[in-house]
Amino acid sequence: MEKTILEIEDEIVDEFSFFESWQDKYEYIIELGKKLKGYPEDKQTSDYKVKGCQSSVWLVTDDEEGRIIFKADSDSTIVKGLIALLIRVLNDRTPDEILDAKLEFIAKTGLQQHLAQTRANGLAAMIKQMKMYALAYKAKQLN
Amino acid sequence: MQDTLTNKIFDVDEVRKDFPILSREIEGKPLVYLDNAATSQKPESVINAISDYYSNFNANIHRGVYSISIKASEAYENAKIKVKEFINAGSEREIVFTRGATEAINLIAYSYGLENVNAGDEIIISEMEHHANIVPWQVLCEKKNAVLKVIPVNNNGELLIDEYKKLLSEKTKIVAVCQISNTLGTINPVKEIVRLAKEKNKDIAVVIDGAQAIHHTNVDVREMGADFYVFSSHKMYGPMGIGVLYGRAELLEAMPPYQTGGDMISSVSFKGTTYNDIPMKFEAGTPNVEGAVGLTAAIDYINAIGFDDIHRQETELLEYATEQLDLIKGLRIIGTAKEKTGVISFVVEGLNALDIGILLDTNGVAVRTGQHCTEPLMERFGIPGTVRVSFAFYNTKAEIDVFINALKKTIEILK
Repeated sequence: MEKTILEIEDEIVDEFSFFESWQDKYEYIIELGKKLKGYPEDKQTSDYKVKGCQSSVWLVTDDEEGRIIFKADSDSTIVKGLIALLIRVLNDRTPDEILDAKLEFIAKTGLQQHLAQTRANGLAAMIKQMKMYALAYKAKQLN
Repeated sequence: MQDTLTNKIFDVDEVRKDFPILSREIEGKPLVYLDNAATSQKPESVINAISDYYSNFNANIHRGVYSISIKASEAYENAKIKVKEFINAGSEREIVFTRGATEAINLIAYSYGLENVNAGDEIIISEMEHHANIVPWQVLCEKKNAVLKVIPVNNNGELLIDEYKKLLSEKTKIVAVCQISNTLGTINPVKEIVRLAKEKNKDIAVVIDGAQAIHHTNVDVREMGADFYVFSSHKMYGPMGIGVLYGRAELLEAMPPYQTGGDMISSVSFKGTTYNDIPMKFEAGTPNVEGAVGLTAAIDYINAIGFDDIHRQETELLEYATEQLDLIKGLRIIGTAKEKTGVISFVVEGLNALDIGILLDTNGVAVRTGQHCTEPLMERFGIPGTVRVSFAFYNTKAEIDVFINALKKTIEILK
């Protein structure tokens, strides 16, 4: 049976608890970032950009049978790693699941306090964008 | 190496003891604070001065007839005198306390600018300016249909003075330039910039942004010839929330008020309101008295060390760090002016500045990453951002070693 968003979030929190220092946690995030691939090259344009102050984030969405598919990229490897985590949680889900997701893993892993969703990493903007896409798809579905 | 004022020999380890935050640890590692261009750390004497103010003589100023109000008023006025002496202004009437350099520039643009700049007039700034010394002028130009001209910068991050000369015209009303660049560390020839402007037309108002200079070098506004000079307390070991606008008395007297309300008035009635004399005309509302007290203590602290020792220490740090950074493969320093202060921006090929900054933090090393509020400059150099280290006299070569080692480790992880 498919895992719920909460179950995946718990998995992530668990994985992070294995690392003692923030240096190690970031090395893990960087590893995830380096592995994140599949973003369509032709879509690395300003149309798909979610602007942060210091890192650029690109996001495209698609829907397959009422579930939303996200693909994202960034010029910061750490942000890519965070994107990889977000996609793991929110990808291939229904609009409602995405809108309801509280994304508590960000706080529980300590990422919230450590990274702060400042302009610096564009993360807050990306989460907002993903939820807005979900809202837009939901509205489309209802019509 | 003896300081002339106190005959103390400069010992960085002793000096560091004056700064409580420098003994902090970040996740078990000592804090290596290399972001002094963003804000400086505070010595105990500044912290205590503020604490003492609130514990012993906090009161609203200029109006109370009781002893602590008189004491607070005196402290505030003394702060003005202290600042006047610090920058060798002609009179304390020429010292306006603002929230900081940014507000000071806004005040000039609003109060002097709106009054004196007309359609078709020109304002000259430079490519290396901080947004605080760009946006107020853009807004002024928009409001008055004036033209913004920009002095270009060469690949070393130096202002092209020949180009500046060409930009000066009969239409120039204001020239606004930083004394030192917060991103590049470049020290600009401000005396020359003033001279050239005044040669063209003595009525051109020259605004010098001293935010990054005030704590690195002895500033003499009369020798410089600037019409306006601005800086913030928090960059010079003083508290946040207070800054200085120096303006020549003749100019300030002619300028209309910026913000209105209490304190800046002479009398108020519904038939008409008259304004106070300078500098009070520009200080509406209850001022930041704790800030003034803290700033006084900061000036005292700097004077006790002396700019000779400050400059010597910072130059050593700049040279040492530059040497070490030059050895790292793929690293390029942005800002290689002949005259520089202890600010080094750099990029590492193929790596993102934000990633570098975040990983350095896990080693206790605090640097700044990004565009440093100088987006046009980043565009000119064709880069999305830099990592910036900036030194104060309380930094050490050992700290630079920690930073360099952490940087090398970081580069390995990210590659």
